[in-house]
Amino acid sequence: MFPEIIDTRPLRRMVDDGLEWMVRHWGDGFEAGAYPLRVLLNSTERFLLDLPWWLIILLLAGTAFAATRRWVLPAIIVVSLLGLGLMELWEDAIKTMALMISATLTTMVFALPLGVAMARSAVLRRLLRPVLDLMQTLPSFVYLIPVVMIFGPGKVPALIATIIYAAPPLIRLTDLGIRLVPPDVMEAAQAFGVTPRQKLFGVQIPLALPTILAGVNQATMMALAMVVIASMIGAGGLGYQVLQGIGRLEVSRGLFAGLGIVVLAIIFDRITQSFGQRLQERIGLAGERS
Amino acid sequence: MDLRRVTKIFGDRSDMALAMLNSGASKMEVQQKTGQVVGLNDVSLSVERGEIFVVMGLSGSGKSTLIRHVNRLIDPTSGEVLVNGHDVLKMSLDELRAYRRSEVAMVFQNFGLLPHRTVIDNVAYGLEVRGAEKGERLETAARWIETVGLGGYEKSRPHELSGGQQQRVGLARALAMDTGILLMDEAFSALDPLIRSGMQEQLLDLQNKLHKTIFFITHDFNEAIKIGDRIAVLNDGELVQTGTPEDIIFNPADSYVSDFVRDVNRARVIRVGAIMDRNQLAPCQAEVQENSSCEDVLPLFARHDWIGVVNDKGKRVGSVSAKQVIGALGAHHKLLD
Repeated sequence: MFPEIIDTRPLRRMVDDGLEWMVRHWGDGFEAGAYPLRVLLNSTERFLLDLPWWLIILLLAGTAFAATRRWVLPAIIVVSLLGLGLMELWEDAIKTMALMISATLTTMVFALPLGVAMARSAVLRRLLRPVLDLMQTLPSFVYLIPVVMIFGPGKVPALIATIIYAAPPLIRLTDLGIRLVPPDVMEAAQAFGVTPRQKLFGVQIPLALPTILAGVNQATMMALAMVVIASMIGAGGLGYQVLQGIGRLEVSRGLFAGLGIVVLAIIFDRITQSFGQRLQERIGLAGERS
Repeated sequence: MDLRRVTKIFGDRSDMALAMLNSGASKMEVQQKTGQVVGLNDVSLSVERGEIFVVMGLSGSGKSTLIRHVNRLIDPTSGEVLVNGHDVLKMSLDELRAYRRSEVAMVFQNFGLLPHRTVIDNVAYGLEVRGAEKGERLETAARWIETVGLGGYEKSRPHELSGGQQQRVGLARALAMDTGILLMDEAFSALDPLIRSGMQEQLLDLQNKLHKTIFFITHDFNEAIKIGDRIAVLNDGELVQTGTPEDIIFNPADSYVSDFVRDVNRARVIRVGAIMDRNQLAPCQAEVQENSSCEDVLPLFARHDWIGVVNDKGKRVGSVSAKQVIGALGAHHKLLD
């Protein structure tokens, strides 16, 4: 046994009390700060639920066709979404989709500028790296608890937890993409007298776009991976069905809802990947992304 | 364009290394004592308006470092860079950008094209950076694409083109800037020999019309001789010799230069204007241009003893005899005597 050298109870109590104090005094502030997230999530959800089911299937199949220029993926999408509907999982699937889309959009708003800033400043990169490592490795339940304490159970804490989980790969890949822009192209731009802004928007971001899209793809996948955990703190959707299936030992409920998550994952993964690939082909960069 | 006593030391303790160099230490000593690498050591050269000035050197001689001082992609450790009367090193960031946009354009060894843009958007890039209107810049770009012989490829992307075509895009992009100075960093070195020679001729043709000041870097002595009005030979960061191609061929400054000169086809390189007798203006039956090579005039000596030399306006400026030509071709043997 490791000897007890100091009494750690005061330290633990300090952390607990500190959080409690924050909830009591700043709870309203946090709530207000998260208001845009609530609006985004609710309006996305309402918008998608208001759309007729066939239109959503058509839109997704059409996007898939635009991305791949082949009929295979659109066919898979139509069949699997019809299957979801038939299994009475349509509304849950839409709720999950809304959570994923809101989380991905919010993540992009934060992660893209952070990734760009990281690529430009070595100091910031040194500071952010351990934070990103922490975000990726810290078990999500650990930050789920304080988030629920601050915001109360519901969709918003689920969304915030999802964002924390999904942001690191996008930040990292944005940073990587920008740093991988060939130095000879950067030098040429420099020789033509570009301003930093012209360099960023005219050269770095366009050339990093395939890598950034890979990051968006990763973020959507991570967000989907979070839906079951998020449903524990009040996000509805397919994750909630899985959770109920486990609770009631209804294997079928859990299985079909789980397959529904897989279907959504495949759809969004293939669509974003194909867009990335087309972009890469256009630029003519060698090498394929897996 | 003047570069005065430019020294570039790579490393984080360049001050100390510079002090050592100034007190007469050799590059080797500096490198051993301070760990700093001397890229360029006290290089001074001046390029006249409208000439093609070639800097020739092997890899590692510092020539790519040197050319980047002209548009300040690299800052020297000490020295001055004067272009069109401004001191490039004293420019603020804004002034430097304006200078790069309007006075110097550059062509790169690896082309440096923007892979996500079409050919025409690449050629228009410099104009776009400068803030030219869309219609105007596309029109200018289209004209230069036509001039370099890439008409029909406007909508292609760089990766769909061959190396030679890509470098034509690079050249068109630089020419579209309509700057007085053109910097060419090993612009043709990545190309196949036949394509390279075609590009060299195209550059000379263009130069006849445009009269730009061209600062050209190469490791290929034959290329230097073919296109250079004057050549500077750089060895290990130091300038060994500067002069016209003939100066260098007839009087190589040291064994480093004469090593290059030995492999040159002198008959093709030496122009009759450089060896003719300027006082001999008696009428002749045959006449050649003063920039003709010895190779071109040799067959004429089968029938004539003297051949008249005229300048590009057709005015008689001298004569050349078979003896002079043969003497010039055999000149390097005097080094061996």
